[in-house]
Amino acid sequence: MADGAHEDHGPIAQFEIKKIFDLQLFGYDVSFTNSSLFMVIALVAIVGFLLFASKGRSLIPTRVQSIAELLYEFIAKMVKDNLGEEGMKYFPWVFSIFIFILVLNLLGMIPGGFTVTSHIIVTFAFAFMVWLAATVIGFARHGLGYLKLFVPEGVPLLLLPLIVVIELISYFIRPISHSVRLFANMMAGHTMLKVFAGFAVMLPWWGKVAPAGFMVAFTGLELVVAILQAFIFTVLTCIYLNDAVNMHH
Amino acid sequence: MDAAAAKYIGAGLACFALIGAGIGIGNIFGNYLSGALRNPSAAPGQFTNLLIGFALAEATGLFGLLVALLILFG
Repeated sequence: MADGAHEDHGPIAQFEIKKIFDLQLFGYDVSFTNSSLFMVIALVAIVGFLLFASKGRSLIPTRVQSIAELLYEFIAKMVKDNLGEEGMKYFPWVFSIFIFILVLNLLGMIPGGFTVTSHIIVTFAFAFMVWLAATVIGFARHGLGYLKLFVPEGVPLLLLPLIVVIELISYFIRPISHSVRLFANMMAGHTMLKVFAGFAVMLPWWGKVAPAGFMVAFTGLELVVAILQAFIFTVLTCIYLNDAVNMHH
Repeated sequence: MDAAAAKYIGAGLACFALIGAGIGIGNIFGNYLSGALRNPSAAPGQFTNLLIGFALAEATGLFGLLVALLILFG
């Protein structure tokens, strides 16, 4: 592995969190880091874009307005398909999750940028929030009947103890699989880009063309992955919420 | 064996989990394509399910990758 002097150029170095200014609060280190900076940039970009897009609110949408409407309708349809009409009260939350993760992923694709979602603690916070919310909503709506989620209908009595244990494990592992999927995709993708870029840099000038073209294609693939993973995170959020709201299997 | 060498071998072995993910993802997209070619009009309706299946299959492989990273850097 790279040691000391070479560490700054390693494929993992891009995930390093740097403090921009120090801040201590009640004995906790709450410094403003490059991670926080990119979250703020994402927030400003989202709010600015959506406010700007919905400023005119004309019946015949302008180009910017139709992009915002496209985003809205895309998520609204997803929520309606998964949660039904009454699930629309969770729409603002699902939409916020989708657009925040999407913009964080896309900001990471800017060269020199920092991918906030490539840190497990960030994605785990998202996933745990979703899981906790789904559990609380489930118990609030169905009371103790929510526990029926772990007892599927039509299972032979002999198999039931085993099935309940498996269902319990799969329920409690949800926040982990939900967060690891996004984190590992973003981190592996960015590491891979950096490794291949490193190969391209090492070649003499006449050899750089092919890997550089390859890198362009790969960056395109990573853009797709960035959008796809934001989408998948949101779809799974809807599915977990559906378990809590409607208890359908 | 040297402990450091064993660590790297272990990390490499943990990446074998990605074989399963590759087979799974190939299966999902292959079956989707063969289904879509038989009945193209029904294909767009199943695109969401395709992506969910893809994500679920991929996650198992990524767990293996995560183990490899934990061994290397944990």
